[in-house]
Amino acid sequence: MQPAPQTTARPSAAAGHAPVLALAKVSRSFGPVQVLFDVDFDLYPGEVHALIGENGAGKSTMMKILSGYLEPTSGEVTLDGAPVSFASSEDAEDRGVVLIHQEFNLADQLSVEQNIFLGREIKRGFLLDHKAMRATTNELLERLETKTPAWATVSKISVPEKQMVEIAKALSREARVLIMDEPTAVLTRNEAEILFRQIERLKAQGTAILYTSHKLDEVARIADRVTVLRDGRHVLTAPANELTEDAMAEAMVGRELSNLFPEKTKTSAAEAVLSVKDFSIPGIVENASFELRKGEILGFAGLVGSGRTELMEGLIGIRPATGEIRVNGKARQIRSVDDARKAGIAYLTEDRKERGLLLNQGMRANLTLLALKKFSRVLIDRDAEEKALDRSIREFDIRAPSREIRVANLSGGNQQKLLLAKTMLAEPEIVIIDEPTRGIDIGTKQQIYQFVRRLTDEGKSVIIISSEMAEVIGLATRVAVMRRGRIAGTLEGEDINEDAIVRLAMGLEGRKAEGNG
Amino acid sequence: MANATTAGKAAVKNGRPAIDLHVIGPIVALIVLIIIGALMNPNFLSYGNVTNVLARSAFIGIIAVGMTFVITAGGLDLSVGSMAAFIAGLMIIVMNALVPTLGTGWPTILAGMAAALAIGFAAGLFNGLLITQARIEAFIVTLGSMGIFRSLVTWLADGGTLSLNFSVREVYRPVYYDGIFGIAWPIIVFLAIAALGEIVMRHTAFGRHCAAIGSNEQVARYSAVHVDRARLAGYVLLGVLVGVATIMYVPRLGSASSSTGVLWELEAIAAVIIGGTVLKGGFGRVWGTVIGVLILNLIENILNLTDLVSPYLNGAIQGVIIILAVVLQRQKKATR
Repeated sequence: MQPAPQTTARPSAAAGHAPVLALAKVSRSFGPVQVLFDVDFDLYPGEVHALIGENGAGKSTMMKILSGYLEPTSGEVTLDGAPVSFASSEDAEDRGVVLIHQEFNLADQLSVEQNIFLGREIKRGFLLDHKAMRATTNELLERLETKTPAWATVSKISVPEKQMVEIAKALSREARVLIMDEPTAVLTRNEAEILFRQIERLKAQGTAILYTSHKLDEVARIADRVTVLRDGRHVLTAPANELTEDAMAEAMVGRELSNLFPEKTKTSAAEAVLSVKDFSIPGIVENASFELRKGEILGFAGLVGSGRTELMEGLIGIRPATGEIRVNGKARQIRSVDDARKAGIAYLTEDRKERGLLLNQGMRANLTLLALKKFSRVLIDRDAEEKALDRSIREFDIRAPSREIRVANLSGGNQQKLLLAKTMLAEPEIVIIDEPTRGIDIGTKQQIYQFVRRLTDEGKSVIIISSEMAEVIGLATRVAVMRRGRIAGTLEGEDINEDAIVRLAMGLEGRKAEGNG
Repeated sequence: MANATTAGKAAVKNGRPAIDLHVIGPIVALIVLIIIGALMNPNFLSYGNVTNVLARSAFIGIIAVGMTFVITAGGLDLSVGSMAAFIAGLMIIVMNALVPTLGTGWPTILAGMAAALAIGFAAGLFNGLLITQARIEAFIVTLGSMGIFRSLVTWLADGGTLSLNFSVREVYRPVYYDGIFGIAWPIIVFLAIAALGEIVMRHTAFGRHCAAIGSNEQVARYSAVHVDRARLAGYVLLGVLVGVATIMYVPRLGSASSSTGVLWELEAIAAVIIGGTVLKGGFGRVWGTVIGVLILNLIENILNLTDLVSPYLNGAIQGVIIILAVVLQRQKKATR
């Protein structure tokens, strides 16, 4: 081994002495496009190594090379010091290198147990040994502190539960190297805490963990070392405790990040554009009442599952609901998304891949789908559509390698910008944005915050649902906190802080107790 | 970002292969078939044969245009063959019943045509409502209605054949056998419907909505598309087009029986798929369907005209073509 270059810090003393998995001068191209340039990387047993970078920096490609899904175009992968060329991801898994995908690789119609043992079922003779598999599954699930039963069908469990099943599956393979692609993107705080405990446990057992996340506070907390990629190049590797979150962000973006959040509006006195009274969705939301004032950003905080998304889906007519909706003082019956559109309300879903965009279609067809009536009398005016696409690409800074690209091939950030452009094309007065920056890098996040702020400057009113506390606090002029299908309280101005939100979300105390805390 | 935009446009030209096999595949297959046919039999390109092939293609073709919309929206209709037989049977009964009051001329025939369209509309509505309102799989609903329609026509004909009044038949005959400018009416109707279908698919909100629903129903719903309404409209449109096809078909033989329109559903679906429409929805093209219909009928015609391969193997060759078409679709997916 060469002496480590200056940018490569050594892992903590607790970790092993030789890297278990490493890359040396690895490059990768897709056709004419090179996405990785001479990247060096090493991962030691018993360390948590965070890999961070903006969307499109090459993280996914690098993880896929490490786990046998892709081969490098040039350069070398070494496992236990010896050059290795994984024949496939299965080959890598057999050697103890397991990748947990961001998009789950689970068979929806099979049970949790069947998924965990898929392809490696325990057998007795020709028959499956259900007892042994059930026992192992239960033990794994217990270790992960999840309440999901082993017999549950995967299609019926929630997203965080699926994440836990993926992790259980990896654990069952006795992974020596665990590569996690944004595992906490879909987890609540509590669930993330459980995951972190598991990571600590695995680390203590000597497992090497490669971890990616857009949440830098998480990285600072659990990583031993941090590697930053930018535009396919290795920028730095350093011990996590030597890097501040700002330093990480700046290394990722390659420029100094000024304030992440734009200045807040001061419009608390304005009249209500939307008022919702006693709004209920059977079994999910109970008697929610709130007001949205003109030109403000109203935040909706609360735990995942507290009914925020469902409330909004009820408002736009996707879910059957009861209650009163007034837009600009006028009572409105909203029974479909089209009714909502006519009332000037638009909703940006949190699930842009399954509910927001047609992944197998181009940008133009996606952009105009919601506002298609604007573009068609009898026939669709294609020129007008093209012009709208030009305008949106410019206004929302959508960066696509080609105009005809299928939306599936856009990065998450650009998909989100396209979704935003699509929604704004319907010219809504009230914009509801659910998880505006999920799975999006920090540079694009900042842009999206600016877009949202621009909407309020244009006189539109915005509701933001977010599980990222910082986002709600940084953007919203008022924050409604939901708990178990009810609005537990609304915070305004100086009162908006993490502690107050958590208290309301957890049902610890009402607003009165705040002064003591 | 004007730069990025213009750069994007240039990249499309350079990045994509000049020839897209998926697009030209069906066209090439059609041309190859025409060349083979012309080489094997000098009569192949004769006016009589060309008219014959095109006119026979018209029934399936008209239905397949409607099927393109249903499949693009992620649906399927297995009942169209039985539906055609059912409509033909009822249409003949209606016309025969009207002879005493309206006579044997055009009033009776026009009433029969109106009945055919109305029954097609109702049959499509029946399928569509069960699929969109009762939320039963399209495959199951139309498998069921396939049996229902087929059984009804057999019952109406009492196991035999329903024959149109002979005098009416004489007046009606030209609708299949005549035309203008030497082009038979079925061909004119087929091409007009195909042209309209292509415009509707590519240039109207309905066509766009069908593709959106077929690619991802959730996305369509969240994008203010009236999903159920559009899907229902697709089945109704198909039903009406089956009615149109039946109107062109009845004057050909002047009768209907339990064997009318057998396997038409499979030919129509095959034509749609060969034409490049994706079976699970999300992308459809009507011109491709037209080519698909022509390919299927040309194969049959060539086998009938030449004695290289037994015409009894027609089904086998069509089967191979269908499977090949799907394999080509898959390759397109893999390379992207």
